[in-house]
Amino acid sequence: MSGADLDAAREIAGAVPDPELPVVTVADLGILRDVAAEDGRLVVTITPTYSGCPALPEIAHDLRHRLSRAGFAEVIVRTALAPAWSSDWITAEGRRKLRAAGIAPPQAAPPQAAPTHQGPVPLTLTARREPVPCPRCGSRDTTQTAAFSGTACKALFRCEACREPFEYVKEI
Amino acid sequence: MTEDEFAAYQSLSEQTEDHRWAFGTGFTDPLEGIDTSVPEDVNARALATYCLMLGDDALVYSHRLQQWMTRMPELEEETALANIALDLLGQARMLLARAGRAEGALLADGNGPDEDELAYFRDEHEFRNVRLVEALDADFAELAGRLLVFSAWRLALFSRLAESADPVLAAIAAKGVKELAYHRDYAAQWVIRLGDGTPLSHGKMQAALGTIWPLVDELFEADPVTAALPGVAADPAGLRGEVGAVLGAVFDAATLDRPGAAPMARVAGKSGRDGVHTEAFGYLLAELQSVARAHPGATW
Repeated sequence: MSGADLDAAREIAGAVPDPELPVVTVADLGILRDVAAEDGRLVVTITPTYSGCPALPEIAHDLRHRLSRAGFAEVIVRTALAPAWSSDWITAEGRRKLRAAGIAPPQAAPPQAAPTHQGPVPLTLTARREPVPCPRCGSRDTTQTAAFSGTACKALFRCEACREPFEYVKEI
Repeated sequence: MTEDEFAAYQSLSEQTEDHRWAFGTGFTDPLEGIDTSVPEDVNARALATYCLMLGDDALVYSHRLQQWMTRMPELEEETALANIALDLLGQARMLLARAGRAEGALLADGNGPDEDELAYFRDEHEFRNVRLVEALDADFAELAGRLLVFSAWRLALFSRLAESADPVLAAIAAKGVKELAYHRDYAAQWVIRLGDGTPLSHGKMQAALGTIWPLVDELFEADPVTAALPGVAADPAGLRGEVGAVLGAVFDAATLDRPGAAPMARVAGKSGRDGVHTEAFGYLLAELQSVARAHPGATW
């Protein structure tokens, strides 16, 4: 498999949309970990965002479908659990697309989310300190209305300035 | 609809080799493509049982949380709890699959049971979950209290297991830490809201802790399976300090008294980890397994 083939495969794999958040691709989200050639076969490695994420089989199917249609005869999709996905892996482009779709992108992941973290995870008994800016009007006067939303990876917020509710991709 | 979109929808109903409808369609092995060989110096039998213990905790508790669906006080809380249950179900699937692979390492053909066989076709005494996760919560205060205790304990446990000598268990745990931190904070904030709320909510929260407390001690009890896995498993007794500090901080903020109820007795020296469960568990398991057992191998 030539370098040009691999580049093409990377581009095709990276363009696969997330089934839950179709405005962003698996490359934007950092779910796509690797595209490599192994004994003439194409090996694509992906990682789940959350343990129970039901989107992973759909993403794997979509990857196989698009790559085989592009002429890659044998496509293997592997799952990698370590290192665990972090919202820090969402690219600048991914963040821009989320904002444009009315979804606030995540803030920096807490230190305990790092694989090198040692010791107890600190308890959070009050609301978050950093305000989440409204993706519509940019106001920082927003309130969290629920710690979870339609999917595990998001929380629900309300903007006190424009009064619109919005979703926020949680930092993990 | 574009061809690509159509393919995505088609995959939702696609029939695969291992499709059985009680388990949904198109489900894939949660550890597919992951190297699940057991490290040489690790006791595979004990590792399989240990993963069953942790997987059963999550599977059974996830089912109990799912029973709250349509009964939560607000839609936002319902989505929160559904997502917490989903995280735990995801952890359970990976841990049961890990248990099956470790058991397979001991068999001539290398094929251990899959996650569905373990979840749906074991009987009550073969489940290894702690008894804390078995009861049906009497009210919302009991839900918040039990979720707090469970997630504070599991978070402390998984933080340690992220360093496990079994790389698969370590990866599952490291992923779980991030999820459990959200679960624990969610539960803690509700315990505080109720405890430091009205006299009525305070009284109900205090009573709920009294109901749960007899089952807390079991979480820190030594067991022979953990003892057979040095460097792989985490010593339950070693979690007591961290979990106690977290619960103490929450109870203080919630103006709640630390409950003093005595631990529930073991039965002939046995408890949940040994397959001895409370009365509530049989009913829960009957519901959880009913469809798979009524229609074994069925598909949709």
